[in-house]
Amino acid sequence: MVGELSGILGHVDRIGNLDLEGVEPTSHVVALENVLRADEPWQSLPRDVALASAPEPQDGAFRVPSPQAE
Amino acid sequence: MTDILDLSVLEAHNAKVAGELSPQEHVEAWFAAAASDELNAYLWRNDRGAGAAAIEVEQDWNAPIAVKDIFCTEGVQTTAGSRILEGYRPPYTATAVQQLIAAGLPILGKTNMDEFAMGSSNENSAYGPVLNPWDRERVPGGSSGGSAAVVAGGLAPWAIGTDTGGSIRQPAAFCGIVGLKPTYGAISRYGMIAFASSLDQCGPLTRTVSDAALLLAMLQGRDPLDSTSVGIEGGVSLPDREDLSGLRFGVPAELARDSVDAGVREVFERTLQKIEELGGEIAEVSLPNAEHGISAYYVIAPAEASSNLARYDGVRYGMRAGGEGDLIEMYETTRSEGFGPEVKRRIMLGTYALSSGYYEAYYGQAQKVRTRIAQDFDGAFAEVDFVVTPTAPSVAFKLGEKSDDPLAMYLNDFFTVPMSLAGIPAISIPAGLAAPEGGGPQLPVGFQIAAPAFAEQRLLDAAYALEQGIGFEARPGGGSGG
Repeated sequence: MVGELSGILGHVDRIGNLDLEGVEPTSHVVALENVLRADEPWQSLPRDVALASAPEPQDGAFRVPSPQAE
Repeated sequence: MTDILDLSVLEAHNAKVAGELSPQEHVEAWFAAAASDELNAYLWRNDRGAGAAAIEVEQDWNAPIAVKDIFCTEGVQTTAGSRILEGYRPPYTATAVQQLIAAGLPILGKTNMDEFAMGSSNENSAYGPVLNPWDRERVPGGSSGGSAAVVAGGLAPWAIGTDTGGSIRQPAAFCGIVGLKPTYGAISRYGMIAFASSLDQCGPLTRTVSDAALLLAMLQGRDPLDSTSVGIEGGVSLPDREDLSGLRFGVPAELARDSVDAGVREVFERTLQKIEELGGEIAEVSLPNAEHGISAYYVIAPAEASSNLARYDGVRYGMRAGGEGDLIEMYETTRSEGFGPEVKRRIMLGTYALSSGYYEAYYGQAQKVRTRIAQDFDGAFAEVDFVVTPTAPSVAFKLGEKSDDPLAMYLNDFFTVPMSLAGIPAISIPAGLAAPEGGGPQLPVGFQIAAPAFAEQRLLDAAYALEQGIGFEARPGGGSGG
């Protein structure tokens, strides 16, 4: 995979040499102002539904292994 | 029965209205057809006897539809072609799918795809490749390979897919059907599993341009659940244009030196002649920055993907792996075992491109190239109504032919990526057949037409007129020539 990644980066590097001084970057193509909605409470997923797909739900929460090895 | 499956959705609808076809018979015929999948095109089929797994259908009116497995469907497995989401049953349904259900379309099944829509051959699916119905030793294209194969292979009358850099148009071209990538923002992305959020867009894969218009009319619209969705002002209606008089089609001057197979180039040239026969005018335009599209795309898309895919960590849903170790070990094992090689490659590329010290050189520069490409199109559309190219540089390639060379695979997106970066709509329609380089039976060639943002109606009207003029009627398995 190292060789593959180098090959891809080699191709991508071509844009590194382009003179793009003063060109505005594009992060989003459609001109949109901030989209706001009314600040009203709205339905959200019930807790049991949100937990239904969790690998290890416990006591209404997501259980994960300890962040620190014992 | 065979006759029913030969009808486009619009033709079937007209036959139903005329009392020549019963809606029930139509739906049953397609469910029976879907059950005969030998292409590995479906990852899940809606077995209506299964009850619990069946998606609720609010009314049984229209043609059933196949849905790419990237769209969340409540209670029904949604994998995005990945091992990491095997068995995942989302708690809600994507807005696009909800729109189809509300319009009365029964869901036939969920279609196979490249893992997280990363790929151009469908070989990156964790559930095995889809076979091209024209030649089962060849790829259907990707990443919406399953959706293209079911429509071309007579396993669904129509389908939806997603296009980030060509993932609707290229498989449509490889399978000899119509594929439309709408303007970014035309259709809600809510519930559509994210790959590269600034590029991803849902769209139709159909037998005809009219069917693509019908589907787009149902799918488009502003969705409060996707703040980037705006819909198409004025909606979409059935195309009815008969000729191309008064329309100017721009061919990029750079195309002359681009690497395109001889057979594809011949079909492209013949299609340009057809445009002139229909009264259209061919002009030369220049897209000088389009050649940098692949470089910019393979920075921007992996960068966004590396962020989007951080959520698959084995905590809230999906696969968890790892033994007695700590949290970091669980993350690492889950992601190592859950993701396939192409997804890992792109996460690493994206993470690298966004890392401190490289950000400006890669991501910053790519975003500026994106601006330049959009400006190229603006300049072209000041001169012409549409820009046209071949959809892909070759016909469908063989399974395994490019799978060891990711860069060669990426270059297959050469003609579709610039429109994605510019956010503009583009359609691929079947334009003829050509033999692959190296010989073999003839395979479909796609013709791509791009239009300014939100000019879908004009695009569909022109594509319809050209489709009628071309009269492509070839079908997989030695159907009538065309």
